[in-house]
Amino acid sequence: MRTIRISIIGFGAVGQGVARVILDKKDYLDSIGLDFKVVAVADSRTAVIDHDGVDLAAVLFRKKTEGKVGFEKVTGLEIIENIDHELVVETTPTNIVTGGAGLKNMLMAFKHGRDVVTSNKGPLAMKYGELMETSAANGSKFKFEATVGGAMPVLNLARDVLAGNKITNVEGIFNGTCNYILTRMMEEHAPYEQMLAEAQELGYAETDPTYDVEGIDTACKLVILANSVFGMNATHEDVTITGITKITPEALLLAQNDGYVIKLIGEVNDSRINVAPKLVPTDHPLAVGGTLNVASMQTELAGPITVTGRGAGSIETASAILSDIISIYRE
Amino acid sequence: MRVSMDIELKDIPGQLLLALRPVSEFKGNLISVVHHHEKRTPRGTIPVQVVFETKPDNLCNIISSLEESEIGIARIDEKRYFEHGAVILIGHIVHTDIQDTIDTIDNTGYAEVVDLNLSMPKIKMPSSASLKIDAVSKEHLASAIELLKEIAKKKDLLVIEPIKSELGAV
Repeated sequence: MRTIRISIIGFGAVGQGVARVILDKKDYLDSIGLDFKVVAVADSRTAVIDHDGVDLAAVLFRKKTEGKVGFEKVTGLEIIENIDHELVVETTPTNIVTGGAGLKNMLMAFKHGRDVVTSNKGPLAMKYGELMETSAANGSKFKFEATVGGAMPVLNLARDVLAGNKITNVEGIFNGTCNYILTRMMEEHAPYEQMLAEAQELGYAETDPTYDVEGIDTACKLVILANSVFGMNATHEDVTITGITKITPEALLLAQNDGYVIKLIGEVNDSRINVAPKLVPTDHPLAVGGTLNVASMQTELAGPITVTGRGAGSIETASAILSDIISIYRE
Repeated sequence: MRVSMDIELKDIPGQLLLALRPVSEFKGNLISVVHHHEKRTPRGTIPVQVVFETKPDNLCNIISSLEESEIGIARIDEKRYFEHGAVILIGHIVHTDIQDTIDTIDNTGYAEVVDLNLSMPKIKMPSSASLKIDAVSKEHLASAIELLKEIAKKKDLLVIEPIKSELGAV
């Protein structure tokens, strides 16, 4: 049995999902010889630390009932610096202007030779090169499947499963909020504002939806794709972006009459990184509805490969994080 | 452009060669020749279907050359555009001179706007339009759409184009 000491930094929907799957998958993890011992959990205000392993069920319960994880006034950064452990699960909120706390957390983790698995897009979209260099220089493993397409495997699919194939183009829907709004606008023949309000009511869109509907979230994911799959050194400033706010119900209807749906499509290839609403033939694999994400890769040997799945959600995103963690330590 | 032609040959040796020579002389590219030797027209001639690609300017030369050789032409069918594309425009489409937008594509010589559907829900609200564009090849279709995007940028119109794998450029 190999024991991996873990800290979970950031305890929102994704961090809680990680705690839950580590609890739920204990028997399976035992069976493959892995013991994930969470030694610290931190949210934005409090922390809980236990070298013998934090009681995750109790922490989840406290977060739900009291809105905090514990009673210690220790920051995530201090935990990463001072508590002895192997892996930092970095699930703090994304900040694409500065990289936010996530960037500092990751760099600190690498400085102390700790491995990092994250769902936090910001630091990767801002400082990909620096993060990769620092992790490599310190011998730290660094995985981030959850940053692109949530549960849907994209990065590991392209880099590991399809190894040997040159990927020439990736096109897809990488934002469930936009997909939901466009799908519903077409179904109800309703204006953008109305369906945005519905998405907000259902919790699919934030109060300030800019990040999703203006295509910035999609752009960040494309930057990570471009860097990790196409070997570029891009930042989100290298992406040309058009959002969905100008789409009219009439345009959706006209498209439908011609056999198309309109989707916010992210596209990466050697010549460009682009986010824009595009016409997708209704019978094309990219024409998925609701909040689904989808990615279609043009590969050199295998031809087109398309995957679809849930792009967000607590347990779904935690699934991608869990598989990254297992892939680091299973040997 | 691609031309499909039904011609009629006299039942004497050398006629097929005589009929095909003008196509190659004027740099046409033969696609197929179907020679119905067992059939006869009521005029006692042999019907042949020829399909070839040529530049529009050369078609007249080919026809006159065939006529000089006394080869009967029963039917000519020309098709200039092989690629069909659709785009959606959103914005003040009419007020930004829709004629000019269409002319820019039509004047390329390799692409044409062949269909337009316009939806104008309210005065001063943005309109939506679907445009069908025909072009001589995939590459020409792609450049017609690029051209449309340039004009649209100046006129503050949003262009929604087909995904890349649909354009066939991957």
